[in-house]
Amino acid sequence: MRTDIRIAGFGGQGVLMCGIVIAKAASLYDNNYAVQTQSYGPEARGGASRTEVVVSDEQIDYPKVENPEIFVAMSHEALLKYIDDIQEEAILLIDPNLVYQDEIKEIIEDKKLQVYTSKATETAEETIGKKIVANIVMLGSFVGATGVISVEAAKKSILDSVPQGTEDLNMKAFEEGMKIVEKIN
Amino acid sequence: MADKEYFVQGNEACALGALAAGCTFFAGYPITPSTEIAEVMSRKLPQIGGHFIQMEDEIAAVGAIIGASWAGQKVVTATSGPGISLMQENIGYAVMTETPIVIINMQRGSPSTGQPTRSAQADMMQTKWGSHGDYETIALAPSSVQECFDYTVKAFNLAEKYRCPVFVMADEIVGHMREKIVIPEKVDIVPRQMPEKTDNYLPYDAPENGTTPMPSFGQGYNIHVTGLTHDKRGYPSTDDEETHTELVTRLCNKITENTKEITSIEHQFLDDAETIVLSYGIPSRSALTAVKQARQQGLKVGYIKLGVVWPFPIDTLQELTKNAKRIIVPELNLGQVYLEVDRVLGKHAKVELLSKIGGALHTPGEILDKIVEE
Repeated sequence: MRTDIRIAGFGGQGVLMCGIVIAKAASLYDNNYAVQTQSYGPEARGGASRTEVVVSDEQIDYPKVENPEIFVAMSHEALLKYIDDIQEEAILLIDPNLVYQDEIKEIIEDKKLQVYTSKATETAEETIGKKIVANIVMLGSFVGATGVISVEAAKKSILDSVPQGTEDLNMKAFEEGMKIVEKIN
Repeated sequence: MADKEYFVQGNEACALGALAAGCTFFAGYPITPSTEIAEVMSRKLPQIGGHFIQMEDEIAAVGAIIGASWAGQKVVTATSGPGISLMQENIGYAVMTETPIVIINMQRGSPSTGQPTRSAQADMMQTKWGSHGDYETIALAPSSVQECFDYTVKAFNLAEKYRCPVFVMADEIVGHMREKIVIPEKVDIVPRQMPEKTDNYLPYDAPENGTTPMPSFGQGYNIHVTGLTHDKRGYPSTDDEETHTELVTRLCNKITENTKEITSIEHQFLDDAETIVLSYGIPSRSALTAVKQARQQGLKVGYIKLGVVWPFPIDTLQELTKNAKRIIVPELNLGQVYLEVDRVLGKHAKVELLSKIGGALHTPGEILDKIVEE
């Protein structure tokens, strides 16, 4: 079974890193297959940015995401820019402080989306004390909401990817993200 | 030591492949979308006693790797379209002097500076015809991160064996995509072979359709390396018709006459296939998805992927496609390898181009639509 995932946000929020950690977790530690691709242009340095991950239990031929079944949005602008081709009944995981929910009611109803919220940026800033780990908080929420990768694989992949000396901080961010995710519809 | 697994970009996998193949020298000029190759090489080569040089431009980059190759090093450069254009003069020099070099081309939208961050396969014919004169090159087209590693290793081995420029013709998508790769504990490497030193040593005394071991500077051989037509001693012999004919014919034949040895082709579902999708590089992944979908619909569709595009495997393709009525060639250009497929297979099957430019990969749906359209 193949799962197509898209993660979108501002350039600089760490959405790319988030995608790499998910794909690495799936392929190196869960023994599945994964491909990670990204928008690679000026938008990667500010403005709307995205990464896409395909996870599957069999070999992945077509490597790109056409109709995501999971969409993670860390900015309103990026959500609007990249959501059009989302699948019906897909999971939409948003940071409610960065996405205007009133403005996306229509697409949520049209596509019958399952909406999850995670105050990832606020939690990173206030609970963890470092805004920079918002992407890892969101990763925790992603694992909590979707289960596409195992908790153990996610943790190994984070430890493998973050700078030395920040392991505890990132583990805390991940755990917190798992806790704070809520389904709202 | 066991096999090792990494989760890396295609560009990084090319660099790891070069290092695994024994590369000790990189010269180049960074260019999107190939820059990560230079980045990895600049970090890793000094650690193993190798050398990384950022040159003033791509003309000089190929000059430097040709020189380093003659100094006994295994060498590589990496670039994209605009750099490849500048390299053409020295590529011809490497052909004529039979210098093993590997050139990695992460193709991007073109002509000129075009689309630096988008994908294309529009340099395929340039690889064959970009420098002046009659010559043949070898070109491999990876479609996955694992193949970026494997094909780069293979490129180094072919360069040593056939003493010629070998191209790894990847693209922006495969260069920037991340996947797991497995690096085997033991990688098969073709080492540089030193010739025997004899009293009447002839550095260019190669057999018909073949090569002769290559001496290195500083090892005591008297050698002369020139782009002029040369005799078996390596001395210029520019007005002797026989010398020129023999040399240039051998330079071409050492590749084309060994096509079966060099080539690599993957295929699936060919037994009863009436339509075959024939691809190379990144579109082959969309093609395989589309072919599997077509099979699910009960359509008699087959799949062929060229791992090595040049030399073109004429005989093998004619054999594999002899029962096909129709061949579809998806390419990220306006029709390049399609022309060769049509030339070679067009007499017994209808060959159709499925072209796409602009930077995005064909979707499986686009290829499936072409399959079902009659």
